[in-house]
Amino acid sequence: MTADDTPPAGSDLAYANGEWTLPGERVRLAKGAPLRLDSGVELHDVHVAYQTWGELNAEKSNAILVCHALTGDHYMVEDHPVTGKAGWWSQVVGPGRVIDTDRYFVICSNILGGCMGTTGPQDINPDTGKEWGLDFPVITIGDMVRAQKLLIDHLGIKSLFAVIGGSMGGMQVLEWACQFPDNVFAAIPIATAARHSAQNIAFNEVGRQAIMSDPDWCGGNYHAEGKRPHRGLAVARMAAHITYLSEAALTRKFGRNLQDRDAVTYGFDADFQVESYLRHQGSTFVDRFDANAYLYITRAMDYFDIAQRHGGHLSDAFTDTPVRFLVMSFTSDWLYPTRDNREIVHALNAGAANVSFVEIASDKGHDAFLLDEPEFHKVLEGFLEGCAEHRGLRRKSP
Amino acid sequence: MMTPANPKGIRVDLQLIADMIEPGTRVLDAGCGHGDLLEYLWRFKQVDARGIEISTQGVQACVSAGLSVVQGDVETDLKDYPDDAFDYVILSQTLQAMHEPREVLGQMMRIGKHAIVSLPNFAYWRLRLYLMLKGRMPMSESLPYEWYNTPNIHFCTIRDFVALVGEMGLTIEQSLFLDEEGTSKTIGNSVAVANWFGEQGVFLLRK
Repeated sequence: MTADDTPPAGSDLAYANGEWTLPGERVRLAKGAPLRLDSGVELHDVHVAYQTWGELNAEKSNAILVCHALTGDHYMVEDHPVTGKAGWWSQVVGPGRVIDTDRYFVICSNILGGCMGTTGPQDINPDTGKEWGLDFPVITIGDMVRAQKLLIDHLGIKSLFAVIGGSMGGMQVLEWACQFPDNVFAAIPIATAARHSAQNIAFNEVGRQAIMSDPDWCGGNYHAEGKRPHRGLAVARMAAHITYLSEAALTRKFGRNLQDRDAVTYGFDADFQVESYLRHQGSTFVDRFDANAYLYITRAMDYFDIAQRHGGHLSDAFTDTPVRFLVMSFTSDWLYPTRDNREIVHALNAGAANVSFVEIASDKGHDAFLLDEPEFHKVLEGFLEGCAEHRGLRRKSP
Repeated sequence: MMTPANPKGIRVDLQLIADMIEPGTRVLDAGCGHGDLLEYLWRFKQVDARGIEISTQGVQACVSAGLSVVQGDVETDLKDYPDDAFDYVILSQTLQAMHEPREVLGQMMRIGKHAIVSLPNFAYWRLRLYLMLKGRMPMSESLPYEWYNTPNIHFCTIRDFVALVGEMGLTIEQSLFLDEEGTSKTIGNSVAVANWFGEQGVFLLRK
């Protein structure tokens, strides 16, 4: 076994007998020049797991990078290899769909710090030969994007036709536009913000504390101890899941309906359907996600504040940007509300950037970007079509 | 300059505005509706065309058609743009619906080298007659609202607008009025004629 395919000590999912078993590609990058992180730490050996759909055209001008959210991964189209559920954007990406893989070459990679094949805290620290655990450097959204840039360079693509993402994916989109404006034709940040608010940080802290107060977390060394902080991670997921929905959606879906019973039990079982639903969300999440990765990724989101790097002026981050933007928000999203998205638009306008902005009416909360929202899909498709025309991308002949 | 024939058949006042715009320039259409003018400018005049629109349906139609449009309120959002960001800022049939028309016109002149304003003329002879004979707020095909539900809260006349432009120290580069047959005529120095016979006026302004 070479260093290239050393299995992470604690990986529960991806390895069998030392072989990488999950579908998709996995490349080793930053071999020559290290990936320098915002914290100052240098990563010398970075694995990036990714998938692609469609074909890159001869001019290499039809590539779209999709950036996934906190608990997403690069399995966005086909059924998920671990859960068996439909890919998180299978309604949007595919042949003849909104992001048409008959026309575009679509890339999605697992983020740096993630737990589905890209380097993260559950991987082996090449310097020590042991699992990183909490020795893994704290990463930022900017670091995630620099790792994606290594992948794009590796694929030989100079300029992405579009970078698209919702929630934390939207933060990566904004980073792409800031860090690599000449390598992005169109940027589509959806249901996101240019900085994490106090409320966003507060919810993430609840999740982290839930994980860290689980005795099975073992100070981050749970793999070495043969344990998993499943209860803590499940509670973190439950709390976060509430923030992805809206009161209207919860009421419509569950109301005060009881779970498989006619009356309350005067106990602490899941009497209500909504309790049962959240418990299910929590218990299935732990099968596919790593607790330490959750800590690292939420931290990266909390540190996200583009304006801070530009003297407090968000507009300075986008001055004279050549990138075409489409910002979208949803009326019932209270995690990244329209106000936060509009702040991005105001900053882009202040730089006289080419920006479109649409607020989509939906009562489904933050998760609306993952769900069947025809207006949202129509706008996204139309915008891509317009960009394709502006860039002179020809339709694939039938 | 010849304007190519327009397959979409944009409204006659929009065509007048389009004819005032040099090809290849940067244009902001404030209150762009469903984007008819923007699309025309993009396709036939190679203009870098942007829009602001308050209605959800309007914005969705524009963005779905590949136009760069921001959902927002002209009254509050023009201040976000930097000075001289555009060659032309257009406000068609909307000034009279603003709470602070003078303020909006000032913002347009700040962010644009030119402003193009079209507005309904409340001194048009049919409206004068309507008010005089019926004693009720005038309504017409192009002004179909009752006084209590009209979005047009700051009606003015061609003469009023010319006076405001003078007060603000702006220069009128070109001015046209549309008569009831939809024929456009130059206003020039004949403000009195335009004010009687123009259903609407179209003005190209600069600082």
